[in-house]
Amino acid sequence: MVQKQQLPITSEDYQRRLLMDRSVPGRTGVSLPALDVPEQPLPDTGMLRDDLELPEVSEGEVVRYFTNISQLNFSIDTNFYPLGSCTMKYNPRVNEATASLPGLAQLHPRQSPEQAQGALELLHGLQEYLKEVTGMQGCGLVPLAGAHGELSGILMMRAYHVANGGSHRRKMLIPDTAHGTNPASAAMGGFDVVAIPSDADGNMDMEALRREATDDLAGVMFTQPTTLGLFDTHVVEMCRIIHEAGGLVYGDGANMNAILGRVKLADLGFDVVHLNLHKTFSTPHGGGGPGAGPVCVNERLLPFLPEPVISVEKSSDGDRYVFSRPAQSIGRLGGFFGSFGVLVRAYTYITLLGGQGMLDISGNAVLNANYLKEQLRGYFDLPYDRICMHEVVFSAKLHKGVKALDVAKRLLDFGFHAPTMYFPLVVDEALMIEPTETESKETMDAFAEALRRIDDEAANDPDFLHAAPHSTPVSRLDEAKAARQPYLRWRPD
Amino acid sequence: MADSQLTSPYIPNTVDEQAAMLQAIGVDSVDDLFQDIPAEFRNPGLNMPAPLSEMEVLQELQRLSERNLYPGRYASFLGAGVYRHFTPSVVSALVSRGEYLTSYTPYQAEASQGTLQSTFEFQTMSSQIMGMEVANAGMYDGATSLAEAALMACRITKRGRVAIVDTVAPNYAEVVRTYAEPQGIEAYTVSSSVRELQPGTACLLVQSPNFFGYLEDMGGLTDVAHNHGALMCTSADPVAMSMFKSPGAYGVDIATAEGQALGVPPSFGGPYVGIFTCKQEFFRQMPGRIAGRTTDTQGRTGYVLTLQTREQHIRRERATSNICTSTALIGLMATIYVACMGKQGLRRVAEICYHKAHYAAGQIAEIPGYSLPMEGTFFQEFVVRCPRPPAEINAALQDRGIIGGLDVSDLTPNGMLICVTEVNSRREIDSLVSALKEIG
Repeated sequence: MVQKQQLPITSEDYQRRLLMDRSVPGRTGVSLPALDVPEQPLPDTGMLRDDLELPEVSEGEVVRYFTNISQLNFSIDTNFYPLGSCTMKYNPRVNEATASLPGLAQLHPRQSPEQAQGALELLHGLQEYLKEVTGMQGCGLVPLAGAHGELSGILMMRAYHVANGGSHRRKMLIPDTAHGTNPASAAMGGFDVVAIPSDADGNMDMEALRREATDDLAGVMFTQPTTLGLFDTHVVEMCRIIHEAGGLVYGDGANMNAILGRVKLADLGFDVVHLNLHKTFSTPHGGGGPGAGPVCVNERLLPFLPEPVISVEKSSDGDRYVFSRPAQSIGRLGGFFGSFGVLVRAYTYITLLGGQGMLDISGNAVLNANYLKEQLRGYFDLPYDRICMHEVVFSAKLHKGVKALDVAKRLLDFGFHAPTMYFPLVVDEALMIEPTETESKETMDAFAEALRRIDDEAANDPDFLHAAPHSTPVSRLDEAKAARQPYLRWRPD
Repeated sequence: MADSQLTSPYIPNTVDEQAAMLQAIGVDSVDDLFQDIPAEFRNPGLNMPAPLSEMEVLQELQRLSERNLYPGRYASFLGAGVYRHFTPSVVSALVSRGEYLTSYTPYQAEASQGTLQSTFEFQTMSSQIMGMEVANAGMYDGATSLAEAALMACRITKRGRVAIVDTVAPNYAEVVRTYAEPQGIEAYTVSSSVRELQPGTACLLVQSPNFFGYLEDMGGLTDVAHNHGALMCTSADPVAMSMFKSPGAYGVDIATAEGQALGVPPSFGGPYVGIFTCKQEFFRQMPGRIAGRTTDTQGRTGYVLTLQTREQHIRRERATSNICTSTALIGLMATIYVACMGKQGLRRVAEICYHKAHYAAGQIAEIPGYSLPMEGTFFQEFVVRCPRPPAEINAALQDRGIIGGLDVSDLTPNGMLICVTEVNSRREIDSLVSALKEIG
């Protein structure tokens, strides 16, 4: 094999220099128009700034830099990305095309509703779709991400109790399998969190639930299907117990991809549900957002939705869409009306797929997860051996001396993104795999084959796994050093 | 799957493959996989339209898009927290790269160095523009950034009151209240000439340039906050910060901004990115993600998410915030915009906005019946007192192909908040002025 020839300027370190280290005084990456009005007097120089340092680089340098570092990423476009609970499905490019249409992307949020009837019609249509999918009576599109949707729901539950003489209801029950955002959101809403364990089948422990269903109960935050990738079969009974104790049931819709069109959470007894449009409805995740986390509610919580919601006024001249403030709204949660560009993408995606598409999504997502489960049976421990939903949770504890972390890192060498690891917390050495409906059988077969080879390596050469990954742009990074000596921005050497 | 046809370009499984997979699983149909759902609630039916082709969907979305009356087709003088600026073409070209667009939050650092390094660049750029020591990876938007700053100030000072200056954008003040109230934090309003704060005040929240476009007395207000043992928390327009003294120069403790002005389209209110910066001494109380520099096992430089023990997935109900997915891609957009603009370009944009806005203000102030009721220095926005209700004037402007300024008559009599940036040509400004003369 011919060795790659490297000059200093083509070395990896040089390619990864930060913008400020590339800066050469006098360069620019933009051409600006000349001033076409007479110069105006500037304010007192005491108000003006002369200390702002920013990089000075040409446009071509900007493009090469950001293109080169982009290639250090795994992504859906380049790799299978079976990150459990994240629903990393293919993101159709038509979503990007519609979101950048000038009448949507250039629309200013301070324009009057009369000037923005197309946008409001779209938002109203999306509210209706999301209500239908969840079976709920109302929908608020304002929340800007999943956790923001949780916060909205929590604040609505709080407002409901306060309005109904239940200010003392401060206890929020959260299963031990829940996403960390659930307890964090409950705390931001001023609630006290009580964790509920899971039973041997991975369902919520009903005895523990009954014990905690006391008169200070505010409600429960529950993810259905659960983060174990299972449909909790106690869910109807759980909702009944919570309601009888005067509490409300919050649904974390992070795992909605599994049940689109198969069941409506409102029918099971949920009072409020948030949806992650950047997961279920395939608006891209963008390396950590932007997302959107609309909340859907039943009749009891309708008056408390965050403002504004979009309603329609029917008249003989045609429908007119307006913003309105629900009677007992919890107020504003963000600057404007939500993550509009993300909402446009979700609306596009749902319009494309239609009602039949919702069933095709959930059917194939669940089919793929169960197929992968069977391909890996016997190689990794399956703590809950049931039909799974959209994801399957294995434990790497069969492999003495090899951790879930090692398996995850080694997968990167095969060109597969790692599964979610060490979550949910109730499974030792957890590996949580979510293939989604957009992956082919060949891809899943290859992924299973990689895991079987890693299983073999674990038995024969565990040190090789401890040192993985071997082929990524960097090897394992020193996280302890990063936390101990925080280096959080460029500084001149 | 009985109900399956090859309807979607996004689902590769063929009917034959589905059959083979069902056999491997040992069930007869896809329906059997949903047997844990109670039968009475299973397959409820969805009242939703039939699937459409991509062509039909594009046509439908184009119809909705063209139903709007939008800046570009019309001259526009709206600002009020969302600003139109020219964005170099490379910004959208680079953020559309699938490696950025379709990756997840960078939990697996070895497979996410592109996202992590660009996040580190965003933190550097945020700190430099705000003149502050440290920054996080970004919040949802400017309003939630200010609200999180207020919560953080309460954690640091262990106090439970928040003073909001009355020139802070009303929608921002409302978000602060929504966040504060459930935690038992009391928010109260003060004027920008405040000298005394109530006992137990954790922070003073100031916006400069303020909602009306004018610069606040940042030095004086910072002294008021600090004299009461409170923190100074601010919100700013980042483009203005290339021209005017930074929050850091005034000793601000937590400085936030709406990042939209940095190359992000208005997009009817989002997605945007909240810039969040603070003094070094407070960084362990910051909400949200933070990228940090470190080394790999071979001593090479790399980046990771760090200080994660502040965050919800580790600390759960004791986290500094519940924030998880935020706005990484919009932060990247802002970072690339600033990289293109550079030190001189961003300053030049600010100066062009300043000169054009002051030219427009001078011209409008000469129209009989119109005046500038507010004193002080403004950047690119100013309030005009109109001779009659701004709503009437805006309706007449719309007939002439102009989207007028924001009607702020609820805050100041017959007030219209007018914004002028580099995208408004002199011809547009002069048309606005002659239209206002005609309308009277």
